[in-house]
Amino acid sequence: MIKRASTLLVAFALVAQPAFADVTLLNVSYDVMRDFYKDYNPVFTKYYEAKFKDKVTLQQSHGGSSKQARSVIDGLEADVVTMNQSLDIDAIVEKGKQVNPGWEKELPNEASPFSSLQVLIVRKANPKGIRDWNDLTKPGVQIIVPNPKTSGNGRYTYLAAWGYAAKLPGGNDAKARDFVTALFKNVPVLDSGGRAATTTFMQRQIGDVLITFENEAEMIAREFGRGGFEVVYPSISIDADLPVAVVDKVVDKKGTRKAAEEYLKYLWSAEGQTVAAQNYLRPRDAAVASRFAKQFPAVKLFTVADFGGWAKAQKTHFDDGGIYDQIAAKVAGK
Amino acid sequence: MAGAINNTPRSVVTTESRPVRYLLTGLALLFVGLFLVIPLLSVFVEALRQGWKLYLAALVEPDALSAIKLTLLVAVISVPLNLVFGVAAAWAIAKFEFRGKSLLITLIDLPFSVSPVVAGLIYVLLFGAQGWWGPWLSDNDVKVIFAVPGIVLATVFVTFPFVARELIPLMEAQGSDEEQAAMVLGASGWQTFWRVTLPNIKWGLLYGVILANARAMGEFGAVSVVSGHIRGLTNTVPLHVEILYNEYNFVGAFACASILALLALVTLAAKSYVEWRSARLALEDQRNALNDQ
Repeated sequence: MIKRASTLLVAFALVAQPAFADVTLLNVSYDVMRDFYKDYNPVFTKYYEAKFKDKVTLQQSHGGSSKQARSVIDGLEADVVTMNQSLDIDAIVEKGKQVNPGWEKELPNEASPFSSLQVLIVRKANPKGIRDWNDLTKPGVQIIVPNPKTSGNGRYTYLAAWGYAAKLPGGNDAKARDFVTALFKNVPVLDSGGRAATTTFMQRQIGDVLITFENEAEMIAREFGRGGFEVVYPSISIDADLPVAVVDKVVDKKGTRKAAEEYLKYLWSAEGQTVAAQNYLRPRDAAVASRFAKQFPAVKLFTVADFGGWAKAQKTHFDDGGIYDQIAAKVAGK
Repeated sequence: MAGAINNTPRSVVTTESRPVRYLLTGLALLFVGLFLVIPLLSVFVEALRQGWKLYLAALVEPDALSAIKLTLLVAVISVPLNLVFGVAAAWAIAKFEFRGKSLLITLIDLPFSVSPVVAGLIYVLLFGAQGWWGPWLSDNDVKVIFAVPGIVLATVFVTFPFVARELIPLMEAQGSDEEQAAMVLGASGWQTFWRVTLPNIKWGLLYGVILANARAMGEFGAVSVVSGHIRGLTNTVPLHVEILYNEYNFVGAFACASILALLALVTLAAKSYVEWRSARLALEDQRNALNDQ
């Protein structure tokens, strides 16, 4: 029996190999990015084959950003990681040592080829009259947000709301904390990730406002039609960097460094930036940005640097016993 | 049907009046309908919402096909392993006395009491890059987790008790008289096992295998932890369903889910058949025994 099983295993291993390709790259990414890379991968393989006469095959793995980083640390052999916050790549540097320190200097824009921001998605005709962050703390408004403990998307929302309140005239950290507490009091369901939150809002029709990335709003439009909701741009929001890095230990072992570096560098090319803009990710390239200016309204932005960077923000707000935990305990007590 | 019920003498134990009995039966049926039948039906309704064509297209899509292949492969490896182990363990426990027997029974039950997520994490801790054997495996280029072997290991772990748990009570009830008789008559150990023990337990064994198979194909938690979610490579059907659902590909998600649901229905049918068959055989045995007397 065992012999038969192992023969099968070998047979399967042979079948499972893609038609013998010169290079195979594994891109370990997070949920919401799969739509972008589905479009980007064929554009890249075409470019790479034309330029180097080598075939390249892309494999993809998707899940929550932090969970995916954990898998890479535990040995998932990713050639490149494409995440929604630098903290996840820093974790790979520290805990797994598969990515070399200084990865954010290897590529332009702190290794973030495009960005997004947190927007408010409301039901058609905006029945609750949501215009800005301060409308979210009104009684009777239900907000859908993924859990900041498990989701980068949720952390950006939390920081965006905090930043809004702290930057108001006369605003400070104490007021920001009260504001965020009031906001989370209006959250009926905390989903574990961005996609789950979208499904709660659109499929299960729970809540009045969904707070998520701007590019996720476009995905909702494609999947559920444009008639069902409206996007509200708040007066101020947070700039969400979407960093990428080559996994040094893996590419050196597999001998795929050249292809992996090309794969990431090409994200900054006019073609890569155009695919990003088509997926409603804000491009870095000025020419591409101006071509798509109509779909990206100008919004006043602040960054995680205002919180002292991701490492500090994580420690103050999201680590166990941090401010978010205290707020969550208060909200649970109501 | 109604005639049959009327002809059946009312059990002495049933003292409730007719309306009460109807009410209770109705409530039970309502619950079964609400919590079992309707959700199951909804899977098929959603899957076929946009027609057969899209349904079939979702199933022959390369990622879906590879998920189905992987799921079958995992079941083909893990179920026979558990069959061999389950029979051996049950035989040892039911027919022999030895020290540490109760410890062995407890260990066999462990996968039932441990959460599947923990089961997956156990293998990450052992075989992961930061785990005990991770560095050695990595140096020798052996992939266990985030590859097929890890998925098989996790599945073997969670399906561990099914066969053994099914056989132990059966074998204990049967006792070892027949085996002893066979031995006395000069049968070897193997002959005793193949000619006496196995025929006695075959229906129970089949029942255990069916349950283990259903779990092996449907397992989500443990496999999710060790899979790495590489599309077309390490996604089983349950993981593929989750990915499609998260992609808003509801037809695809429910089409693949319907495959799992169908499997569950086939399993249930097989299980009922096995139960019915073994009950009938037991009845025949009793009759034969009476006739012999």
